[in-house]
Amino acid sequence: MDFPIYHLDLMGNRLLVAVIAILHVLINHGLAVGLIPLVAAMEWYGARKGDPRWDRLARRILFFAFLITTTVGALTGVGIWLSTSLVNPASIGSLIRVFFWGWFIEWLVFITEVVLILWYHLTWESWQGARKAAHIRLGFALAVFSWVTMAIIVSILGFMMDPGNWLTDHSLWSGFTNPIYLPQLAFRTALALCFAAMVALMLILFFTRRDDPFRYQAVRAVSVFALATGPFVVLAGWWYASVVPETMLANLATGLATMQFEEWQDRLFLGMIGAAALVMGVAQLGVWRPHWVPRLGLLVPLVAVMWLTGHFERVREFIRKPYVIGQYMYANGLRVEDYPLYQSKGLLPYATWTYPLSQAETAAIPAGASVTDVQAGKDVFMIACTRCHTANGVNAVRGHFQRMLGDDPWTPDKTMDTLAYMHEARPFMPPFPGSPAELAQVALYIQTLQSVTEPLAGAQSAGVKLREEAR
Amino acid sequence: MTPVPHDLPLGLPAPVGVLTAVLVGFFLMHILFVTMMVGGMMMVLVAQIRGLKDKAWDHIAHDLAATITVNKSIAVVLGVGPLLAINTLYTVYFYTANALTGSFWILIVPLVAGAFLLTYAHKYLWGRLPVWLHLGLILVVMAIFAFVPLIFLVNVTLMLTPDRWGEVQGFWDAAMLPNVWTRYAHFMLSCPAMAGLMVVWLYRRKADQDRAQVIRMGYRWLLGPTLAQFVVGPLALITLPPTPGSQGLAVAIFLGSILVAAFLCLVAWGELKRPDALIGQGFPLVAGAMVVILVLMGGARHLYREAALSDHRAAVAAKTEAFRAESEAARTNP
Repeated sequence: MDFPIYHLDLMGNRLLVAVIAILHVLINHGLAVGLIPLVAAMEWYGARKGDPRWDRLARRILFFAFLITTTVGALTGVGIWLSTSLVNPASIGSLIRVFFWGWFIEWLVFITEVVLILWYHLTWESWQGARKAAHIRLGFALAVFSWVTMAIIVSILGFMMDPGNWLTDHSLWSGFTNPIYLPQLAFRTALALCFAAMVALMLILFFTRRDDPFRYQAVRAVSVFALATGPFVVLAGWWYASVVPETMLANLATGLATMQFEEWQDRLFLGMIGAAALVMGVAQLGVWRPHWVPRLGLLVPLVAVMWLTGHFERVREFIRKPYVIGQYMYANGLRVEDYPLYQSKGLLPYATWTYPLSQAETAAIPAGASVTDVQAGKDVFMIACTRCHTANGVNAVRGHFQRMLGDDPWTPDKTMDTLAYMHEARPFMPPFPGSPAELAQVALYIQTLQSVTEPLAGAQSAGVKLREEAR
Repeated sequence: MTPVPHDLPLGLPAPVGVLTAVLVGFFLMHILFVTMMVGGMMMVLVAQIRGLKDKAWDHIAHDLAATITVNKSIAVVLGVGPLLAINTLYTVYFYTANALTGSFWILIVPLVAGAFLLTYAHKYLWGRLPVWLHLGLILVVMAIFAFVPLIFLVNVTLMLTPDRWGEVQGFWDAAMLPNVWTRYAHFMLSCPAMAGLMVVWLYRRKADQDRAQVIRMGYRWLLGPTLAQFVVGPLALITLPPTPGSQGLAVAIFLGSILVAAFLCLVAWGELKRPDALIGQGFPLVAGAMVVILVLMGGARHLYREAALSDHRAAVAAKTEAFRAESEAARTNP
């Protein structure tokens, strides 16, 4: 809480992390973890059969994967750190302290992975004949290293959902072997292979000619691969769902869509099943009648599997709420164990920064209200609310109160109870962290917000000031 | 009044010395590849323009372009370790600087990813694009490569000045902090110098007919900017903000690096005077001097960082401990 607060009021902070992280996961699963073993297998198969067409196809697919993974893939990986350090520095800072050595080892594996993909790509033409076997081994080694990087990171993702024994012994090993780790790793491994098969099918249709019989041979082989992964996706998905803590499953309805779309849950489930069935159906068609698989038609199952993967990430992010690190840190970046202190003495005595009221906010201060109280209310709002909410953008506080109270004045007597007990009605919300006086102050600031339509500025544009009490 | 925020109440995962070694050691490796990448791009641009009239230069530009994509891949991965270490060692300082310059900090991701994609387009579409478009690609990449280091420099400068955190308003305001632009100039000059050295290394054992010509070019790229550093380097040194702790050792090391740089220039000058058949033989000496300079710079920067922050870090640690104790008391005696 003691970092200057970066805030995006229109798109919301969570969306920034989500866009970067989901893009990274799509590239990592679809083009690295899943695709590299497929490429290496194609190269091996081509060498075994003495058929250079497999070799050419594998090389072209690798080139595509190489271009994307070493540019957008690598940068979005770093971007997850950069964006989370802005949006929730307390959370990423804590994770780094717990998992430093895990991340360090992952980094060494990542260096190896990059060296291997450069080596694999750049030696494709020169390592022919007697050296082909070594080149194929290089491909499989790259596949293993790609998987290991994911295997390490998945432990951190599992930890964020359920830290397990780490909560009592604070050891890296306890954090690493959290209860969700292996099921999630199994699910992601199977999903990555299935996803990659869809990517490969699409690429085959771009990299081969319609009148080339090899196209259909390749489509059939990759479709068999996709079909083989399907049962594992289902089994590992079931295993994963079975270890998600009960309290998280209670959030699932809202996790699958936003609150106002809760009633769409059944339809959404059907959509997910439909998407999965579509993927399997196209794979089955690829085995049965490969020449019937249309190039553009393949976009549909590819988009479906991307949607499934992205949505899975979104649900994972949401159902761990109200925590960002299960039972250790709330989504607002405040530690659970510090709540007794904050709720008795207040948040602001322990805050270094203040976020001066803008001209519009000052002009909107209700008659009779003290500027000092509204200012304190804004500071509490920045700390307690803005990690998930905006004032006027996505998931806006103004929008929520407008729906609840309409155009009546949002006076504190109407909003304080909502703020004080919202976590009971909505289990994905953290309890209000501050003192009773701060609850009244934040309610006063929300009343001020009723007529302020301008975006709420973050530290990146308005700067911060040192609180008087912190001087 | 200097703000003293409290840190995360979790211990460091490794001894400070280990984290410092990871930070400084791997950062030097990272910056080596970054400078070769940025400088290499400058060199490709120049060679490509000369290649419009002389095909031999176009051939050299094409050869050099192949190094950019390899250097960029290695530069990115080598940057992750130091980022991990700085996140851990300087959590309060680094995250505060990130937040205060956040709009530009996050731009690093799309800018660099876009530049890398364009770099591949430039390399793999060689000879298949109209000249203006091919040159346009490299100019855009060059502009991005020139801007991104400024974002990093603003951050690492701002993190060392807690007394300014309550004053800056956005990235450009922070960019006006003392030392940012002199240090930026210092960095940008190091890029062509390092690329020059890389080219000498690449060509010194080649049987290419252009070997001597390219090695001379490399040495000229090394020598010119390094001579300019004799002006820019001391400017970067004297614009360093004053620190609560002593800067004596850091400044002594910086001055020491000037002597090594003078030696490097002398050897490089001697290399330029050699006949074609012998040019390149002095490379190990020049490269060794450059490594020494890099290590001295990295060490001195760390000493300066400690001089700037050690007192403040002690205050932050004391405040964090007081907070932790108060929180525990509130938990046990509600």
